[in-house]
Amino acid sequence: MSAVAQTPRPPIEDEAGVAPPTATLAQATREWWSGVRNGELGALPIVVGIVAIAIYFQLRNSNFLTAGNFVNLIAQMAATAIIGMGVVFVLLLGEIDLSVGYVSGVAAVISAVLLNHSWPDGPAIVMGLLAGLAIGVLQGFFFAKLRVPSFVVTLAGMLGWNGVLILVIGGAGTIVIQDKIINGLANDYAAPWLSWVVLAAAVGGYVGQQALTVWRRAQAGLPNQPWVLIGLKLAAVTVFCVLAVAWADADRGVPYVGLVLVGLFVFWTFVTNRTRFGRHVYAVGGNAEAARRAGISVTGIRWAVFGIAGLMSAVGGLVLASRLSSVDDSTGGGTILLYSIAAAVIGGTSLFGGRGNIRSAVLGAILISMIDNGLGLINVSAGTKFIVTAIVLLAAVTIDSVARRRSAAAGRT
Amino acid sequence: MLLELHGVFKRFGAVTALAGVDFHADSGEVMALVGDNGAGKSTLIKCVAGINPADDGEFLWEGRPVSVDGPKDSAALGIEVVYQDLALCDNLDVVQNMYLGRESLSSFRRLDEAVMERRAREVLKDLAVTTIKSVRQPVASLSGGQRQSVAVAKAVLWNSKLVILDEPTAALGVAQTRQVLDLTRRLAENGLAVVIVSHNMNDVFEVADKITVLRLGQNVAEFDRSKTTQREVVEAITAGELSNVPGMQDEVLA
Repeated sequence: MSAVAQTPRPPIEDEAGVAPPTATLAQATREWWSGVRNGELGALPIVVGIVAIAIYFQLRNSNFLTAGNFVNLIAQMAATAIIGMGVVFVLLLGEIDLSVGYVSGVAAVISAVLLNHSWPDGPAIVMGLLAGLAIGVLQGFFFAKLRVPSFVVTLAGMLGWNGVLILVIGGAGTIVIQDKIINGLANDYAAPWLSWVVLAAAVGGYVGQQALTVWRRAQAGLPNQPWVLIGLKLAAVTVFCVLAVAWADADRGVPYVGLVLVGLFVFWTFVTNRTRFGRHVYAVGGNAEAARRAGISVTGIRWAVFGIAGLMSAVGGLVLASRLSSVDDSTGGGTILLYSIAAAVIGGTSLFGGRGNIRSAVLGAILISMIDNGLGLINVSAGTKFIVTAIVLLAAVTIDSVARRRSAAAGRT
Repeated sequence: MLLELHGVFKRFGAVTALAGVDFHADSGEVMALVGDNGAGKSTLIKCVAGINPADDGEFLWEGRPVSVDGPKDSAALGIEVVYQDLALCDNLDVVQNMYLGRESLSSFRRLDEAVMERRAREVLKDLAVTTIKSVRQPVASLSGGQRQSVAVAKAVLWNSKLVILDEPTAALGVAQTRQVLDLTRRLAENGLAVVIVSHNMNDVFEVADKITVLRLGQNVAEFDRSKTTQREVVEAITAGELSNVPGMQDEVLA
């Protein structure tokens, strides 16, 4: 395999029409636009939505776009985005996990109880995470091995883990967390140098990965995207990240959980896009029978995905506990389940499997948290918040469904 | 001779699906397997593919006796089957489908997209599949003929020696049938052995070099395409002479 990488190959002639030559920027733009018109919208609707909502709230309340509120927003969206990442995996299979909310609660309460029994924070956190993973694996067993519908398994989970949460909390009502690490996650802010180091690592990694792709494609004699386009993409990502960190630093700085979020985003994006496991998740979600015939362990993939969902719920649960510096019998309840599923869906991950990405959980969480936060700033009741979020969710899925109909129609020609 | 089967028996409970069938396929040749419904075509293919291994009979591969007891055995020999329902993932692109389950990896267990795309393009080019605009478009956006081409290219990718096509044109329009038949011909020209199962006599006469006719689980005839007519083949399919009529022995004994 390395031999292939060493010697540059002659470019593939495109007389067969199989290999399009390297496109110019204009061609690439046209191709992208025709893709959009055929229903491959990508992140376009959600980015437009985020910008529109930002403008609207800024006009209604000039505090919305301040650095202080931006920092609040990062802490507010983190749990939804993190749990949403696990949900994305489940949705990619075309399945659902209704238990993520209370699984996050159970994981958080286990860590909190252990801390109260004067465990050191490291082991207490690990035990909470392992509990989430174990719950996911248990639910995955019923779904993947015994083929009980995921809706039912996780519906039972939603009820059952809520029960476990109440029993563990017992008469205490609320367990206050005094641990610095857990509390600091959402309530402490990274020193500017640390934020910049993480930023440099993330952007550097992205640039490096792009460069490697270009180089390997050139080695293999494959056409690359136009340089201008690659440059623009890199510049856009860099500018966006620099602005975000600079903006947060203008106030208290980036909350630690923001850095955790970036790390998880990079890691799971790598797993979904660049590994065999990720490819097989998409394959099982697209056509399980085809995946089986291709020699993929469909059961194994399903099982692993529910394990990931449980683990990510636990991470999200620790973030929730951190924000309140306590856990009680409603930790992981309320809107957290619906928001994390809605985040993934609003971000563009399909409920029918096979289509979506980790990015969608983050973008969706940003949008939902902006609505939550913005409506709070203009003093709107919880009822209105729910209704507005519902409308956004419906709008997002409607746009996607209509676009998909057009794309199906385009596919038939 | 690449593949030779002698006296293959396959029983499902009381039903004898194959009663001593002989079959062969050779490199560079298209062998058509025809017969009415229930003649045993699918059963025979499943025996070769190892999905339903034969109960009895001789399985010779390149002149040597081998045993094929599962799909992995047949794949290891270089046998690939393109099923009627194609088994492609609509949400994945052409390259991803062709490499599904056997992805190339580079350092740190990352997918090696460049190598996979390069090879996929080469295979499609070798097969002169010119209608697919981009190998990075999802299979969902392809036409029936293009999907069939991808499924065939996927089978060829793994240095297979024998490709079995199960009713490849059954769901296709005229132009797309043309594409697939041309592709079938090219596989044989590239030195592969091709077995095509079909109900359509026009298709069979267009691509096949030889025609094996099954009836009620037995061989009734083998024809050279150049030395026969559609009428003769159809007669063999519907009224070919059987060496023993199923159930006859039982009746005689009774």
